[in-house]
Amino acid sequence: MSSDSETSVDAESEETPVVKKPEEKQVELPAFEKGISDKIIEKFGDKVYVTFVKEDRVGIGTSRENVHDVAEFIRDALNYDHVESVSGVDYPQDKEIEVVYHIGSYSDPSLARQILALSTRAQREENPIPGNDATKLPTLRDVFYSVEFHEREVFEMFGVYFEGHPDNRRLLLPEDWADLPPLRKDFTIKGR
Amino acid sequence: MTTELPTTSEIQIDKPSLNWLPPGLGLQKVDERIMTLNVGPQHPGSGHMRLIVQIDGDYIIACDPDPGYVHRGEEKMAEYRNYILNIPHLERPVIHDSCNVLYPYVLGVEELLGIEVPERAKYVRVIASELNRCIYIMYWLAIYGIFLGHSTMFMWPAGDRELLIDLMEKMTGARVTHAHFVPGGVRNDLPPNFEEVCLRQVNYFEKRIKEYAAVFYDNPILISRTQDTGVLSRQDAIRLGTTGSVLRASGVDYDLRKKEPYDVYDELDIHTNVMKEGDAYARSKIPWLDMMESCNIIRQALQKMPKSGSVRVKLKPNPKGKVFDSVYKRVESGRGSLGYYIVSDAKPEPYRLKMSVPSFRNLIALPYLLKGEKLGNMPSVYWSLNYWPVEADR
Amino acid sequence: MLKDLVTPENANVFVGKLGDILEKAIGKPLGYAINWGRIWSLWPVHIETACCSVEFGAASSPRYDVERFGIIEAFGSLRQCDLIVVQGTITRKMAPRLRLVYDQMPEPKYVIAMGACAITGGLYFDSYNVLPGIDGVIPVDVYVPGCPPRPETLIQGCILLQEKIKRMKARTFV
Repeated sequence: MSSDSETSVDAESEETPVVKKPEEKQVELPAFEKGISDKIIEKFGDKVYVTFVKEDRVGIGTSRENVHDVAEFIRDALNYDHVESVSGVDYPQDKEIEVVYHIGSYSDPSLARQILALSTRAQREENPIPGNDATKLPTLRDVFYSVEFHEREVFEMFGVYFEGHPDNRRLLLPEDWADLPPLRKDFTIKGR
Repeated sequence: MTTELPTTSEIQIDKPSLNWLPPGLGLQKVDERIMTLNVGPQHPGSGHMRLIVQIDGDYIIACDPDPGYVHRGEEKMAEYRNYILNIPHLERPVIHDSCNVLYPYVLGVEELLGIEVPERAKYVRVIASELNRCIYIMYWLAIYGIFLGHSTMFMWPAGDRELLIDLMEKMTGARVTHAHFVPGGVRNDLPPNFEEVCLRQVNYFEKRIKEYAAVFYDNPILISRTQDTGVLSRQDAIRLGTTGSVLRASGVDYDLRKKEPYDVYDELDIHTNVMKEGDAYARSKIPWLDMMESCNIIRQALQKMPKSGSVRVKLKPNPKGKVFDSVYKRVESGRGSLGYYIVSDAKPEPYRLKMSVPSFRNLIALPYLLKGEKLGNMPSVYWSLNYWPVEADR
Repeated sequence: MLKDLVTPENANVFVGKLGDILEKAIGKPLGYAINWGRIWSLWPVHIETACCSVEFGAASSPRYDVERFGIIEAFGSLRQCDLIVVQGTITRKMAPRLRLVYDQMPEPKYVIAMGACAITGGLYFDSYNVLPGIDGVIPVDVYVPGCPPRPETLIQGCILLQEKIKRMKARTFV
């Protein structure tokens, strides 16, 4: 009991958190990671934005029209070759669902530590009809083969339909699931 | 990216070309020779999942994995519990590898909070994680043996892993679900005399697993069943995003303990086991070699570990203030690289927690590996993927 | 006289009575023998439902060796089995399959609910995809608590089940 009480995290949550932390100029950014993000900015200009540059991690955001081109550039010019995970994050206050691709590289030894987080956002519907509403994104299956099952999972968990994906079937949930996609924020567990 | 890969549902090879139809069954067309089998979820060769397999005669022409029988919604549950309460249920996906499955979560929370962990705690974590890797691989090896009908290979690893389970029980108090790693260190210090007992047990364990070569890995029956079965080329292993022993059996030298060292792995001398064949035999041999490497790491860590000191720091409020932050941390688990993507909105609960699990990443290789194989080879290929269905479904 | 009493209309009643008389006379010793045979040859189905299967595997390892109590290793056909050990969480996708497996097994059949998840939902009590216990799906004979239960606990549950079978009426299944 005593061991648990000393690890209680800060429980005050009244203040609203700062959503986007402004880039602090005095902090020295890691050079190699900065180079990767600069290459992408150089190619695409204001079509992309850098969400963060940390040690071993680069975050790139883009709109849904450009995500396919950016992914192709990342694969062909920057030598990233596989996607580790595809995660959806629901932002009801922005009326958007963010899909983050964590991209890594096996074939380039200098990139072995690196993970590039390519994020894009899809429009969010209040009453989702998965597959038949505006929550759509282009698939990256023809760029990175490894996203096939991950995108199927995002489709059933968030209702994000991937246009051009060959196989938008259900993967993990039961066959008769008729509720909201479960990982959306408006799907609440009874009693919690 | 030279050649296009077909999608998993498009894999159709060797459509029956012979016009021969088996007599007495009333078949009209050649296509009717194809039979669809549901392997699992109740099947001695499947585990907690279903494989929908299409066969022509004895040959598999298509395979559609159907996981999700153990989908328990861990990621949704994590949004309702605070960072400490998340520890017990996040280790349940792989209870026999529970230290490794918690490791990236703990590292991620520490990075979010900006905590530095005491030196001794880092070594204790490395030892616990390596012991757990051996426990996981021994269980996997036992099931792999019984899948292939090799009862001795069930009994030996299942008995020998109890040695290390005893060690973990001494260290943490539980047989499999340890919940030993917490943000800020480990829950308890090592018990007295642990170092000597650990060294003795690990030395005996290593001597014991070397004997498996004679009964299992040099066994001509095993070799004939697994060699050149389910071959995954180096290029396909990379672009399908496989990880862990599947990747290293296909000739890619990638181990996160060496490539992206976390905690004190950069101070230890680690050898990565790589094989070039990419078949089921190589995939089954790599974890066995990894266990010997783990024994080496444990011995080094026991030697270099500070003999006394704190193993846990108290958690403090985030020095960065209340910010929207995200972190992606990964470690090398018994099955491959395991990552957590944690999005925090400065509340006691995570805003979003995503587990990027190696079993789920390796699953996509299964349809490609099984095409053209005989149905009898399915268990050996399936279990050589180092696949744990509970983890893949989360 | 007997011939007049038994008509085609009530023949079934008499045959039934005859069965009752026979059972009263030799049912008890026969039932004991049948139950004795069942106790020492419990065949579990090979159905793994969640993470407790790790400890189920450990229970048949050399150190615990559940086989010496007559619980045979979980391999073989479903049609020859008479025991389900529900190894942990039952999700909404698995529940219909579990019922299907149970229905396909021949009588007599026994169920052990292993682990907290199979009893009440356990750690996953508030998950959207997990059943709060398996009682609503199949009838349970013995509950083995723990998360996961140690192999010794599982063995104790098996011995309890054997005690239960010993006291059961054998006739209902004959």
